[in-house]
Order: sequence, then structure tokens, then C-alpha cells
Amino acid sequence: MTRVLINSALQLVLALLVAPLLGGVIKTLKARLQTRRGPGILQSYRDVFKLLRKGMVVPETASWIFSAAPYIVFGTATLVALMIPMTTTHAPLSLFGGVLAVVYLLALGRFFLALGGLDTGSSFGGLGSSREMTISAIAEPAMMLAIFTVALGANSTNLSEMAGAAVSQSWRFLAPSQMLAFAALFIVLIAETGRIPVDNPATHLELTMIHEAMVLEYSGPYLALIEWGSSIKQLVLMTLLVNTFFPYGLSSDWSAQAVSLGLAVYLAKLLLLGGLVVLVETTNAKLRLFRVPELLMVAFILGALALISTFLF
Amino acid sequence: MPLLGRVFELTLATYLVGAFASIAVWRRPALARRVCCSAGLTGAILGGFSAILAILRDKPVVWWVPSGIPLFTYSFSYDALAGFFNLALAVLAAAVSIYSFGYLKEFEGKRNIALFGFLFQLLLLSLTVIFTAANAFLFLISWEVGALASYGLVTFYHEDQETRKAGLLYIIMAHIDAGCLLLGFALLINASGSAEFSSFHAIAAHLSTRQQTAAFVLFFLGFGIKAGIIPFHIWLPAAHPVAPSNISALLSGIVIKTGIYGMVRIFVDSLGGVPSWAGLLVLVVGVISAVLGVLYALMEHDLKRLLAYHSIENIGIILMGLGAALIFRVAGHPQLAAVSLIAALFHTLNHAIFKSLLFLGAGSVQHSTGTRNMERLGGLIRPMPITALCFLIGAVAISGLPPLNGFVSEWLTYQSLLAGYGATGGLTRILFPLAGSMLALTGALAAACFVKAFGITFLALPRGAESQHAHEAPRTMLIGMSCLTLACAGLGLGATWFLPAFNTITEQLLGQRVGSSLISAGGVVLSAGTPRSGTVSTAIIAIGLLVVMVPAALLVTMGTKRFGRSRGPVWDCGLPELSAENEYTATAFSKALRMIFSVLYKPRREIQAVFDVSPYYPKEIRFESEIEPTFEKRLYAPLQEFIFRISARMKTIQAGSIHAYLAYIFVVLLLLLLFGVHK
Repeated sequence: MTRVLINSALQLVLALLVAPLLGGVIKTLKARLQTRRGPGILQSYRDVFKLLRKGMVVPETASWIFSAAPYIVFGTATLVALMIPMTTTHAPLSLFGGVLAVVYLLALGRFFLALGGLDTGSSFGGLGSSREMTISAIAEPAMMLAIFTVALGANSTNLSEMAGAAVSQSWRFLAPSQMLAFAALFIVLIAETGRIPVDNPATHLELTMIHEAMVLEYSGPYLALIEWGSSIKQLVLMTLLVNTFFPYGLSSDWSAQAVSLGLAVYLAKLLLLGGLVVLVETTNAKLRLFRVPELLMVAFILGALALISTFLF
Repeated sequence: MPLLGRVFELTLATYLVGAFASIAVWRRPALARRVCCSAGLTGAILGGFSAILAILRDKPVVWWVPSGIPLFTYSFSYDALAGFFNLALAVLAAAVSIYSFGYLKEFEGKRNIALFGFLFQLLLLSLTVIFTAANAFLFLISWEVGALASYGLVTFYHEDQETRKAGLLYIIMAHIDAGCLLLGFALLINASGSAEFSSFHAIAAHLSTRQQTAAFVLFFLGFGIKAGIIPFHIWLPAAHPVAPSNISALLSGIVIKTGIYGMVRIFVDSLGGVPSWAGLLVLVVGVISAVLGVLYALMEHDLKRLLAYHSIENIGIILMGLGAALIFRVAGHPQLAAVSLIAALFHTLNHAIFKSLLFLGAGSVQHSTGTRNMERLGGLIRPMPITALCFLIGAVAISGLPPLNGFVSEWLTYQSLLAGYGATGGLTRILFPLAGSMLALTGALAAACFVKAFGITFLALPRGAESQHAHEAPRTMLIGMSCLTLACAGLGLGATWFLPAFNTITEQLLGQRVGSSLISAGGVVLSAGTPRSGTVSTAIIAIGLLVVMVPAALLVTMGTKRFGRSRGPVWDCGLPELSAENEYTATAFSKALRMIFSVLYKPRREIQAVFDVSPYYPKEIRFESEIEPTFEKRLYAPLQEFIFRISARMKTIQAGSIHAYLAYIFVVLLLLLLFGVHK
């Protein structure tokens, strides 16, 4: 019991602190690749800290849904961060929710954020909500297919079990099904975290924004919670990718050495995946909204191929 | 006779007395309303009590009263499956009866409440009998009584042309399904020589392949039309919305579930399993109904039609679980079959509860504003806070989001589909995870649809004059909705306490007690029955969410205390005075999906602008947009034309001359006699 509590506390701190850092690192890497100086890797901390110390303006038209949404976004993201193995094969809350619960809890956060966008009565909010729900709906089957491919291999939808099964066969990622599933899930990651070519996190141009349109009316501490929650969600999805496909360094015992090695390898893996995301963002232009479904269809077909190749090989 | 028998007889008597008592006091509408609602409530409480007794019993209670007519007996068998469906019926009937105390008030002096009460009690009575009948003819008679009673209730606003058309479509489809069932039962009766369900069980193993196929097709058609599977769904989105909302709640909540009950009763119980292609067909039809149902729901901006399409979607999800159960049974995995059956039945109960909750919520909205058109609604969360909260909970539950009941049954469905990959061979196994991904698509689209339904109806500013003077519903209506809201939360958070109730059902149907293997770790964690398959705990998720949100709330409160929180206008791009006309509409919200799935919808739009100088400054715009009703246009319109053509040909022998008719009768009689002698 105490071990679970310590593990939870450690992972909670890790999730809360690493998530903004990861965002900052991605921003800086991207800037460097575009020969800009960039804001520095600590910028996301500064943003959250600044927003927490600002006054807040709530639209006159908004109801309690508008105020509830930030808590639910932040709460669901933080909770799923405890269900996913980060540095050890045992996620603290893995028993209480597997990968299905992770996907559906993130959907719960999205559901309320989309309602928050509609609640303001502004056209931007509705526009963002509509686009966010549409893109996530199309991304969902591809995501599930890719996840199922891994889950069927591990015989479980429990993330600790999945990570454990992956650890025991360390060259498994070379299997065609795993590579295809990784590719599918990577596209879904791009779409779900609102990155180029699906959405541009740096823009406030009304015709192109998705996530930013939905949260346009939020300010102060509410916005801090949403931004923080979104960065935790990004961390969770990236962790899902790196730890289920490349489970190296996940410690299964509790010695200080194993845990610190696990932490170092975990951060290195995140950095690599972050680098990949940056590379994609820099080398691609943003797609038109109605080209996005085609990209996600590619992800779905990759997922289906992954599934069929588990069956063949 | 055990206590269960007494309570059951009392339930039937209550509904019967209620039906005629409503008629008896027809001169006094206020009294008729009270009689109707209190009889419904009393019957529901008794029915619920008998259902719980039946679920807890290991053996069914059986009645058998001869009627004197060959093959027909008053025979009932109250087993755990019957108990389960009667429990769902009782929960809904109780909530709807409480709701109706307030809802029917506006009928007083305007409409015939006595007739309404009579049909309402008759419907509840026939449903109770359908779930317990153990004789094919008793079953068919109550099936027919239920169909006629619901026809009367669907066409209650008969002065409306749309309502009459919907009623006609409903009664035609109801008779096609009854016809299929009659033929199906005739086939079984012919084989067994008796109309008792127990006799079917005995001969099921001796049916030839052809008989088996014919029986499956007939029953699947009959029960499928009733349940609203695609492509036989067209009556459902026509008939459910036009009925009074308390009736819509019952129709979508439990009346279409008689189709699911029939499938479980015949396919799993009486026939003792169907061939594996049949199970596969059920699964595939489930997938198609789920995906197309939700896609059509997305395009609706009539609140009740939207909900009706979601019933088709949820029937699809239930059939996915049922199809998996049928496949596992013949594949020799009774335990998996039991888990899948539990998934299907649990989703049946959950859908019954949240769908009637949503229909009652839509009824409150219509009661208060007089419209179901979402484009005229908006901002109702302020005048109707409790209705809004109930509708929101229902919306979260139907979208399958944790920690409510919809999530639990969808989670179980996912688990049984994933288990299907390991339990079957050949190419079939690929189908299970693909079905799982389609379930994911369905769930995500349902969430999008309910963001629209709740967001456009209840949030932001009122879009039409109707919603500006909205008021909260009367207290009894709120109590009715609150009961169902609590049931959604209770079945979600307390799923692990409820699931052992399925033990007797799966034991009687499949000989498996899996309820307890679904629960692990001290009773809070739900697992999928097999070791290592996956676990979840809605109770812990709910607690975890609260625990995480408390420090976040503290952080925000500290910030707002020091740095202030104010109300301000919405960002209007510098154009002052934003009004409701600037808001996103339901049509706009679903625009992106309409474009993406344009292959299916074939959308058509027409814009006419009147302008003086520049087209950018129109004085007047007329906008029209519609999607192609594919099934109605491609399937039913040619069919209708064909029937009319045949009928025109038939007119030539319908000369209107009595001599000709007498000659026809004589010829038919002769043929029948010859046929009889020949045999």
C-alpha cells in the first residue's frame, strides 16, 4: 500500500513537472531547426505560472459548464497519467483502468472542453468544438486498431501487462505489425495533440485554428489548467507510444539504481519522439481541414494492416 | 405458489384495473390523470419487486392454465431473463409514471387522458406478458396488443399529418414483423407439435439445416424490425419523435428491447444456439446499425429524432455483444459467451435508462418551449437548471464516457470483442478487432453528437423566441428524471455490485456463473472474466477525479481571490453587440462531418441571396440544406412503387361483382380440400 502511494506520488510529480518541460523542449527544438532562438525550454512553466497569477474574465453568456470544463480537462489528464507506466512497468493506477479507460477518460475531458467552447456563444468556440470533435472521432478507430494490435499480442488491455509483455520480448518492435501500429498511432498522436499538419498550436488565425478556437474565451487560472492539462495529455500519448513499443529501461524492481536508470531512459525516449514530432512539424505544411480525414484514413489503414499482419506472422 | 407468483399476478391485475379505471373516470380528466399515473407507478413497483425475486431465484416459476383452444394456453415462465427485462421495464415505468403526473397536466381538458391511460396501462401489461409468456400464441397476442397500444399512443397527436403518416408506417412495419414471427413460430410448432416454448427446446437439436436457417431468418427479421436494425429502421425515427415524450421514453427505452428479448429467448434459450454464420450476421448487422445510426443522428436537429437515431445505434452495440455471444457458444467457449451476453444485456438495461432519461429531458424542453427544433433553442441551462443537469448526465452516459453506466457496458463489449480474436479461427478473427474499432468510431461520433445536442440546446444564448421564456418543468417531472439520473450514476459507479445479478441469468441460459469472475480486488474492480484480460474500476476513477480536482480548485480559488474574477463580454472581433444570430448552429456544428461523409449523406444545399450593391452585403439570405434519405429513396421507394404496381394489376380481378367473389371463395375451398385429401 505504501509502495503504491509512493509510486503514485512520484509519478504524479513526474507527470505534472515533465509535461510542460516536454512542451518547452519541443518548442525550442522546432525554433532551432528553423534557425530561430526560440523561447527557451522553461517557457511553458513561465506561461502556466503567469496565467495562475492573472485575473480572470468569464464571458457574460457562459454558465457553470464553462467553469467546470478546465477542472475536468486537468483532472482526466492527470488521472490517466497515473494509469500509464512511465519509468517502471507498474503504473500506480493500472489496475483501475487500462488503455480503454485512458482513451475514454481523455474523451471525457474533450467532451467538456467542447461544451465549454459552445457555452460562450461565440462563433469561434463553436467552430473549434465542432472541428475538435470531428477530428477526434475520425482518429478514434485508427487509434483503437493500433492499440488492439498491441493488446492482442499482450492478451490484455491493461497497460502494465502490455508493458510487461513488451519487456519480455525486446526485439518485438521489429515485427511488421508493431511497426505499422506505431506508424498509425504516431499519426493519431499528431492529430490528438493538435500539431502540424493537423492543427497549428502557434496560430490564432480564425480559419485554421482548432484547439485554440475552442479555448479562446478562457483566461487566467482556467487557461492555466487547460494548457497544463493539454500538455499532460500530450505527455500521456507520447508515453503510450514510447513505452508500449520500445519498453527499454522500464524497471521492474524498486532499487534506486533501476528507478533512476528507468527515469533517464524514459526522458531520453521522450526526447527522441519529441524530435520526431518536431521534424514532422518543420518539414510539413498544415493541411486543409478537409484533407485531415485522408491522413487519418491512412492511419486507419495502417492500423488494419497491422492487425492483419499479426494474423499472418 | 411462491411469493413471486402472487406478486406477478398482482402486477398484471394492477395494470388491468388501471386500464379500465382510467376509462371509467373519463369525465373527470384530473382524476383520470391521477389514476393513470398511480396505477402505472403501483404496477411498476410490484413488477420490479417480482423481477428482483425472479432474478434471485435459481429456478423459474411456471404457470400453466389451459384455455380450451388447441395449442393456446395461458402459460407463463418467470425466469431470471424475464426478471431482468421486467426490472428494466419497472424502472422505466416507475420513472415515466412519476414524470407523467406533471407532464399530462397540460392534456387536461384538451385531450382524452382516459384513453391515454387505458393505452398506457395496456402497453405496460402487454410488455410484462411478452417477457414472461411461455406459449407462442400468448406471446404473439401480447406482441400484437403491445403494437396496437403503442400505435394508439404514437398517433396521440393525430391531428398532425406527420404523426398520422408516422403511425401508418409504424403499424405496417409492426405487422411485417409480427408476420415473420408468426411464420417462425409456425415452423417450430410444426416441428414440435406444441406451442409451448419448452417443447421448442426439446426439438431444436433435431431441426434440419434448412429448417434452422429458415427459423433464424424469420425470427431475426421479426425481432430485428421491432428493434430497429438497419435497413429496417425507417419507422423508428419517424414514429418515436411524434409520440408524447413520456411515451417516446418507453418506446425507445423498452418497447424496441422486446426485439432483443426475443432474440435472446429464441436464439440462446429455445433454439439453444444458432449456426456460426448466423452469429456473424448478427455481429455485422450490429456494426452497421451502430455506425449508420449515429451518423444519421448527427445530421438531425430535431432533438427527439436525434435521440431516436441513437436508439438504432445502441441496438447495434447490443447486437455486437449478442452476436459475439452466439458465435462463442457454437465455437465452444461458454464462459466467453456468458461474458458477451452480460455485455449485451447490461447495455440493454443501460440504454433503457439513459435513453428514456434523455427523452424525458427532451420532453421537458418541448413542454417548456413548445419546440423540438434545436436551431430555435439555446441557453436553457439558466431557466431549466435541473433538466439541464439530468440531460447532461444522460448525454455523458450515452456517449459511453466514464464513470457512468454506458462506459461499463461498452467496456465489457470491447473486452468480449477482443476475446473473440483468440477464441475463433480463420479470417473471422480479424472481424472482431475491426468491429471493436467501429465501436470506437461509434462512441466518438456519439460524443460529438451529444456535444451538439446538449451544447446547442442548453448552452449559450437562446436562438428563438420560444426559448426566451422557458421555465423549469414541474416538480414531478424533475423527480422522474432524477430517478433515472441516479440510476445512470448508480449502475456506473456500482457496476461491480450489480453484475453478480447476472449469475442466475447466465446459469439458466448457458450453464455458466461468471458474475463473480468479473469482479476482483475486493469488489471494486471489474475484470473481463479471463485472467490478465483487462481491468477497470469506475468507482476508483470517480474518486480519483475528485481527488485530483480538489487541489486544482484550490489553486484557481487562490488565484481568483488575489487577482480577481470578472464577467465580461465575449470577444466580438470589434463588431459590437454579438447576438444569438452569431452563434454556431446545429447545422454548422455537424458541417464538417457532413462534408467528410458526403458519400453517405449526398448533401444538397441551396443559397439564395438578395443584395443591392455587393454580394458581400446581402439584405436577405435563404438557405436550404438537406441530406439524401438513402434508405427511404433507394430501398423503400422502389419497393412501394412495386407494391402499387402489383396492386394495380390485382384490380382487374377485384371487379366488385359479388358473383366473382363467390366464385373465388369456391375455387379456394376446392383447392384446399384437394390439398387436404392429397395429404
